[in-house]
Amino acid sequence: MSAEHPRNGAGSPTSQGRRFEVPKQDQPVASANGHRPAVADQPGDVWDQRVASGLAFLRRRLAGDYDVDEFGFDPELTDTLIFPMLRLLYRDWFRTEVSGLEHLPRDDAGLVVGNHAGTIALDAMVLAAVLHDRHPTNRHLRLLGADLVFRMPFVSEIARKTGGTVACNADAERLLRGGELVGVFPEGFKGVGKPYSERYKLQRFGRGGFVAAALRTGTPIVPVAIVGSEEIYPLIGDIKPLARLLKTPYFPVTPTFPWLGPLGAVPLPSKWLIEFCPPIPTAHLSDAVDDPMVVFNLADQVRDTIQQRVNELLKRRPDPFGP
Amino acid sequence: MTPGGTSRAPGVVVVTGISRYLGAQVAARLAAEPGIDRVVGLDPADPPPELAAMLDGVEHIRAGFDTAVTLLPSLDADTLVHLALVSTPEQGGRQAMKDQNVIGTMQLLAAAQQTPRLQRLIVRSSTAAYGASFRDPAVFTEETEPREVPRGGFGRDILDIEGYVRGFRRRRPDTTVTVLRFAPFIGSTADTTITRYFAQPVLPTVLGRDPRLQFVHVDDALTVLHRSIVEEHPGTYNVAGAGVLMLSQAIRRAGRLAVPVLETGLPGRGGLARPFGVDEYGLDQLDLFVHGRVVDTSRLIAEYGFTPRSTAAAFDDFISAGRGRRIYRREQLLAAEQAILDGIRRVRAGREIS
Repeated sequence: MSAEHPRNGAGSPTSQGRRFEVPKQDQPVASANGHRPAVADQPGDVWDQRVASGLAFLRRRLAGDYDVDEFGFDPELTDTLIFPMLRLLYRDWFRTEVSGLEHLPRDDAGLVVGNHAGTIALDAMVLAAVLHDRHPTNRHLRLLGADLVFRMPFVSEIARKTGGTVACNADAERLLRGGELVGVFPEGFKGVGKPYSERYKLQRFGRGGFVAAALRTGTPIVPVAIVGSEEIYPLIGDIKPLARLLKTPYFPVTPTFPWLGPLGAVPLPSKWLIEFCPPIPTAHLSDAVDDPMVVFNLADQVRDTIQQRVNELLKRRPDPFGP
Repeated sequence: MTPGGTSRAPGVVVVTGISRYLGAQVAARLAAEPGIDRVVGLDPADPPPELAAMLDGVEHIRAGFDTAVTLLPSLDADTLVHLALVSTPEQGGRQAMKDQNVIGTMQLLAAAQQTPRLQRLIVRSSTAAYGASFRDPAVFTEETEPREVPRGGFGRDILDIEGYVRGFRRRRPDTTVTVLRFAPFIGSTADTTITRYFAQPVLPTVLGRDPRLQFVHVDDALTVLHRSIVEEHPGTYNVAGAGVLMLSQAIRRAGRLAVPVLETGLPGRGGLARPFGVDEYGLDQLDLFVHGRVVDTSRLIAEYGFTPRSTAAAFDDFISAGRGRRIYRREQLLAAEQAILDGIRRVRAGREIS
């Protein structure tokens, strides 16, 4: 894994601590085609190294010797524990193909806007892992989540530690001003919790708060189309009384959940395609932050771009569970 | 002198809460300052002996805030420093705490308003002013309004106090008002709810939550207070050490053990700590341990030209004081790591020989 990008997020005084050695594990970059590095010539050395770095990691964690930024982002934990799990998922289980990475800013701020689906927001985590592994400077996508995410124990903890924060303008702008790459899914729960019959139909984009954040900071918007997330947990029903009881927006019923219990949590192995679209610059529109017409038009433009690209990707993938 | 300070040294300074560490330190330092004529401490309680020793140059008036109405004008005070804040209910319970915090501030500010020569008012506040909510932004700036009224008594008191200060600002535009919102104090000399919490060997935390914490070193807090008194820094400022420690991380750095407790199973006030024999954590602490609290200090740094030491450094200073019992130390972890690696090497070497 190459070094953490050296940008100092403004207002993240702990960023000098982002230098940390990550265990030299399987290089994810070259292995997207399912090819795992061949067994090394001296297996003893590799395992020595792995054991040593694993122990060092454990020792640093137990001693509290790591740095967390002001949003609660823990890059060491994310890179060492969370991303390897997601890597298995997106590479081997979903056989994800990625394109358009050249449209992402290399070092500067950018707002990545995607379509949201899949009953639980796995697509956001997969996107963050894919982007980190494939981006030339291994950037972390800072996800913006609904406040429900931060109301739930454990979920909120993981969301913050992996770089997420509450979807509000203050946080979005603070991250963008700090030069971060921010990920947002404006459909929110309308997208994640829509029935399977409405798959790949983008929902309304809310009030376009993400556009305002981009305009105010002059950040380019990079639309991203994600295909495959709709089939992992096809939503065929919603038990509303249970949802009301648990205070969630919906209670999902899928072909496997809740019938198979914990097994229902295993996502179906759909084929995923992720494509980043050309960036939409916003720097020239910074005067128009308060103009609702400009904001709505830009939000619509982003939504249409994603919808069209999703449709094209779907044509390239006739069988959702194909190779 | 330093940026922002068009210094007209105060003549008569009245400091409230000198029976406590912060008030005593501030008053003692003012008394040692050559340009200041009189330092008067207003506090109904006597300071403990270790603080009384440093208060030689300070006139102590043993009276409550109800007497301030006649006292402040007769002293002809030009600077009022309000530090008497109670953050946890003590003897007298929540009602006494509210009386001192809210009613006390109200009486004091009413008196201050009728003190014609008053030039400066410095009020100690807290970052609890931002409340605690799931929808809160990650980092509070001075402009952030609380989304929900805090559940804890201290948080509500702080909101009330700042409300009275706003009213005072409107009625006395000629007085320079400085409101300092402090993060929880920490350091080798601090003795607060937080430091007592971290002095335990086993610490209760909220299951499934790992809040972001921020501290300010008590010495840095004193520096900012002193500068606010002898210089002019109108406005409201967050005072905290840069950076963040997660609660779990702080516990590990202190070599303690965390015991997660179910939040919903916690009965109201003090529930978090009751099973652990400590009865002083209220809903304020519970909210802090669920939501965490991080503030932006760029306004303080720009105005004062002073950067408090980082949260991690302040916490390190607290750890180095060695309060309470560590369960494990960094050196032990390093030794264990070395022992395991050596063990592996030895086993492998043995295998190669055989």
